[in-house]
Amino acid sequence: MNRPAVHRRYAMMERASELVGWYRGKRRIVLPLVSLAAILLLWELTARHSGWSAQVFPSPSKVMRGMGELIVNGMLWRHSVASLFRVTAGFYLAVIFAIPLGILLGRMETFNLMLNPVIQFLRPISPLAWIPLAVLWFGIGDKPAVFLIFLACFFPLVVATAIAARAINPVYFQVAANFKFTRWETIAKIIIPAIMLNVLTALRLTVGIGWLVVVAAEMLAVRSGLGYLILDSRNALRMDYVMVGMMMIGLIGIVLDDLMRRLAYLHPSLQRTY
Amino acid sequence: MGHILIQDICKSYKNRRLERRGPRDPYEPGEVMRILDHINLEFLEGEMVCLLGPSGCGKSTLLRLIAGFDTAASGEVTIDGEKVVGPSPNHIFVFQHSGLLPWMTVWQNVELGVRNVKDAQTRREKIQENIDMVDLTDFEQHYPYQLSGGMKRRAELARALAANPDVLIMDEPFNGLDFLSHMKIREEIVNMHEFLRKTTLVVTHDIDDALLMGDRIVVMGGRPAQVKSNRQLDFPHPRDPKKNVALGDLRDELFLMLGVSYAV
Repeated sequence: MNRPAVHRRYAMMERASELVGWYRGKRRIVLPLVSLAAILLLWELTARHSGWSAQVFPSPSKVMRGMGELIVNGMLWRHSVASLFRVTAGFYLAVIFAIPLGILLGRMETFNLMLNPVIQFLRPISPLAWIPLAVLWFGIGDKPAVFLIFLACFFPLVVATAIAARAINPVYFQVAANFKFTRWETIAKIIIPAIMLNVLTALRLTVGIGWLVVVAAEMLAVRSGLGYLILDSRNALRMDYVMVGMMMIGLIGIVLDDLMRRLAYLHPSLQRTY
Repeated sequence: MGHILIQDICKSYKNRRLERRGPRDPYEPGEVMRILDHINLEFLEGEMVCLLGPSGCGKSTLLRLIAGFDTAASGEVTIDGEKVVGPSPNHIFVFQHSGLLPWMTVWQNVELGVRNVKDAQTRREKIQENIDMVDLTDFEQHYPYQLSGGMKRRAELARALAANPDVLIMDEPFNGLDFLSHMKIREEIVNMHEFLRKTTLVVTHDIDDALLMGDRIVVMGGRPAQVKSNRQLDFPHPRDPKKNVALGDLRDELFLMLGVSYAV
């Protein structure tokens, strides 16, 4: 057998597998960039050749320029912070009220029978239907927007927590009784950790819902926020700014979702799969 | 400590089904199902008691009554003359499927057993001692999901023993284990029992488990369940029904009593 030839072939194969290895490692970054580039290209081409004016259908390059302007004059930052503040406030309020209430509903039949019909009645009403009342009750400014986000987050969170609390394996309560847990220990060491996995999933979905609603909420009674930016830019016929607003919402959405996903690493037992 | 007296226990459940499960379902919908029918038993201090019976005959129900998880319609269970009114660290239940809390490490789970120990140093020593005893040294910081089925069972055993109860109650402790883990844990339970002499109740449907482990074998059966046989065994360990003729005969007898035969 021709040894050097074999060696050469092995060396080539090794180099090839190194390349494949590099690709495997970077795939999480490379593949999304590929699709992003493709979309931008398609968008640019459509914008140039569709016949629509740049006012109606701005190209990505124009949108990027718009984004640059908004970054430089600080508006993008100001509006993003305003929106994030409202979502955070509404979301935390919802968490504070919804999780304890969900536990009560899930664990106490009396509470469940009393409150569940009310919750199920209010739940399908879109937060947007509350807009007139929210403005009437809370005037203009942050308050009505926070209230709408609170509403949007509250119901899914209550329902998810209640279902999780009801589904806790009864064996855990028997263990608690066997080792003479007090009522508070049962809540802190059994109920809360037992529902944690499901509640984290619900939180992740709920932040998304809150972020979805903030834009609508900001289209009414405020003068800041990404929703306001979009509405205001439409009135000024600046579709490039409208698209900047949309892109910013998408970007922050990704970041929020990623942050919520990381909550699953708060405690090692959350890595369990059952 | 650990003398158990079961006096005239009756227990029934209401059938909540709205229709029969099949044409031969013996249960009338809405009917009150009698599970246990005037059960009288006495378990001596330090005995290893095996409760045998077909599945669904009420063995586990009786066990839950002894543990205090459930209340009987009539009759009472007393441990050392004291009536069982609820669960207590004095009689620890080892669950059929894992009763470990999945959000706690092995160490934290075993710590539940020594909650009443005041001194932190003593507590640590007791936890370590019990973990070492079940051979889980170096697995203290593992979560239950990181353990095999047999290790989970042993961790739960360590937790139960850490509480130093007078009575240990095990509901099908070998359920779902592979053959080798089954044999190994069976041996460990027997060794531990030889050493600690705690009154131990084991529910099983495996005749060999009962023969190899039990100081007393109670056979339950019928609907509602009654005690069909209750006998003390006086065979020294290690036991082997293939070598000990009397044990082999008892084995055949138990098979007969449960309405099955080993030879097919």
